[in-house]
Amino acid sequence: MNDVLAVLEQRERTLRKVSNEVVTGARRLADALGQGGGGARVDALVIAAGTVAGADQLGGFGADKVITLTNPAFGHYAPEGHARVIADRAKAGGYGAVVFAASATGRDLAPRVAARLGVPLAQDITDIAVEGGAVTVVHPVYAGRALLKLKLTARPAIVSLRPNVFTAVQRPRAGSAETAAVDAPVGRVVVTGIKHAAAGALDVAEAAIVISGGRGLREPANFKLLEQLAAAFGGRAAVGASRAVVDAGWRAHADQVGQTGKTVSPTLYIAVGISGAIQHLAGMRTSKVIVAINKDRDAPIFKVADYGVVGDLFEVVPKLTEEIKKLHG
Amino acid sequence: MKIAVCVKRVPDSETRVKIASDGKSLDEAGVKFILNPYDEFAVEEALRRREHAGAGEVVIVSLGPPAAQETIRTALAMGADRGILLQADRVPADGLEVARALGAELKAGAYDLVLFGKMAIDDYNHQVGPMVAELLDLPCVTAIAHLEIAGGKGTAEREIEGGVEVVEFRLPAVLTTDKGLNEPRYPALKGIMAAKKKPLEVKPTALGAGSLEVLALSPPPQRKDGRVVGEGSAAVPELLRLLRDEAKVL
Repeated sequence: MNDVLAVLEQRERTLRKVSNEVVTGARRLADALGQGGGGARVDALVIAAGTVAGADQLGGFGADKVITLTNPAFGHYAPEGHARVIADRAKAGGYGAVVFAASATGRDLAPRVAARLGVPLAQDITDIAVEGGAVTVVHPVYAGRALLKLKLTARPAIVSLRPNVFTAVQRPRAGSAETAAVDAPVGRVVVTGIKHAAAGALDVAEAAIVISGGRGLREPANFKLLEQLAAAFGGRAAVGASRAVVDAGWRAHADQVGQTGKTVSPTLYIAVGISGAIQHLAGMRTSKVIVAINKDRDAPIFKVADYGVVGDLFEVVPKLTEEIKKLHG
Repeated sequence: MKIAVCVKRVPDSETRVKIASDGKSLDEAGVKFILNPYDEFAVEEALRRREHAGAGEVVIVSLGPPAAQETIRTALAMGADRGILLQADRVPADGLEVARALGAELKAGAYDLVLFGKMAIDDYNHQVGPMVAELLDLPCVTAIAHLEIAGGKGTAEREIEGGVEVVEFRLPAVLTTDKGLNEPRYPALKGIMAAKKKPLEVKPTALGAGSLEVLALSPPPQRKDGRVVGEGSAAVPELLRLLRDEAKVL
C-alpha cells in the first residue's frame, strides 16, 4: 500500500519534461512512505499509441518500473480512456498514492481518476510529506497569499504537482520496463487535433526562465526586445505577459502570467515594465529568483523582486541581452 | 436547451488575506465576496446559448452558506432564470464532497449542459467540474476557451502547453470555462431589479466529512527583502554578477 504510481505525459510519443519532475516527486513520496519499513516502489505509467522516446531514461529519476500501456486511440490525450486505464491500474496495483503533473492534461485527468476511485485530490501542490503514515501536502490558495496544508486520509492519495517546483533530480534505479496493449473505451470526448503555437516556443508554465512584459513596453512591437532576450538564453526562456497587455490584445492569453492566466515557478523570472498588481504577483511569486526592471522606483514589483533595476527598459533590456549573449557565447 | 451553471461565492481577489484564530481558515471579517470570476464566463456562455436558441432555461446552482444567495442573485441579474442554493454552513476542502452534493442535485435536472468555471479563485481546487462529470457519467471538457454546439454535438478548444487542443464531445456534457471564452456582461439595473423577483430555492444540504483534512492555513514565506541593484543599463553588469555568483541561476 506504499507504492506510488507516477502518471507521465507524452506528446507525439516523446516524453514531456514535466514527467521527470513527476517521477522525482513520486520518488520523494515513496521514500517517505516506505520509511516505516519495507521501502516503496515507484511505477511510472506512460499511456500512448506506441513506445515513447525517453521512457527508458526514467529509472534515472527514481522509477523502479516503467509501464507503457498502448492503444491506437491514445495518439492524443483521450480523457475518458486515460482516466479508466489509470483508475484500473491504480486499483489493481494497490498503490498508496498516484502522482500527476498539474499541467493542462494532469489538471483535467487527476479529478476524473480521483472521482472514479472515490478518493480526494490535492491539485497543484508545491510540497509533499508523510506525517504519521498519512500524506500531507501544501497547496497555495487565495492567489498565492496563503498556503493550505492538507492531510489526505484516504488511499490512494491523489496529488498533482505544480510544474517547475519539484525540480527533477537524478536518483538512478535499475528501472525495468513493461509494455502492454490495453482496451480503450469508445470515448464520448475525442481530441481531434492540436493547433500548435509557434514552433519551438516554450510554454511560460514550464520554462526555466520567464521574461514577462507589461504596459511599460508601450506597444506590442516592443515585445521583440523580450523575445531577443529570451533567445539569448538559448531556448530555455519563454516570454510572458501581464494581464493589462493581454486584455489590450498585444499578446495571447496563453502567455498571461497571473491570477486569470498561468501560475509559473521558473528558476528566474524577469518582470519588465510590470508594476506588480496582486493579480500578477499571484502568478509568479513562487519563482525562485525574481528580477524587476521598471522606471518607477515605487512600483510594487520591487517589493517581491530579489534584484531590481530602476531605469528605462528600452536601455536596460538590450544591454542585458548583449551581456547574456556574451556569457553564452 | 436546459443549462445548469454551478457557481461559487469567493472572496474578492483584491481582498487582504487574514488568517482566522483557528489557524485553518480565512478571517472573513470585512472581506468582500464576489461571484467567482471564472464562473462569470460560464454564466455568460449559458445566457448566449439560450439567447441564440431563443428558448431554454439557465439555472444557477451553488453550494454555500446563506450569503451565497447574493452570489446567485448576481448571476440572476446577468440574466439567468432561477437559482438553487444547496445550503451548507461550510464548503469542504475536499472537492469530491462538493461534487457529490452538486451531482445529486444536477442528476435530477435533466440538463443538456452543465457549466462550471475552470477553478475558483479562493481554493484553486480545479476539480469539481470533472468530478461531477465522472459521478454523473457525462462527457466532460475542461478549461475551454472556444465552443461551438450544433445538433447534439460540440467542439471546444482548450489551451495546453504550447498549443490548443481541439476536442469534440457529445451532449449532454459538463464543460468548465476559461478566460477567453467570452466577455461576461455586467448586470444592468433592470436585471438587478428583475433578479430580486426570480425564484431561488434554498435546500439545506448535509455534506460528508470527506477524507481531506485541513491542518493549517498560513501566510506564504516572506520573500527575502529585495534590493535595487542600480539604475539604468549601468546596473546590468552588477545584476549579472549577482545572478551568477549569488543567486546561481545563470
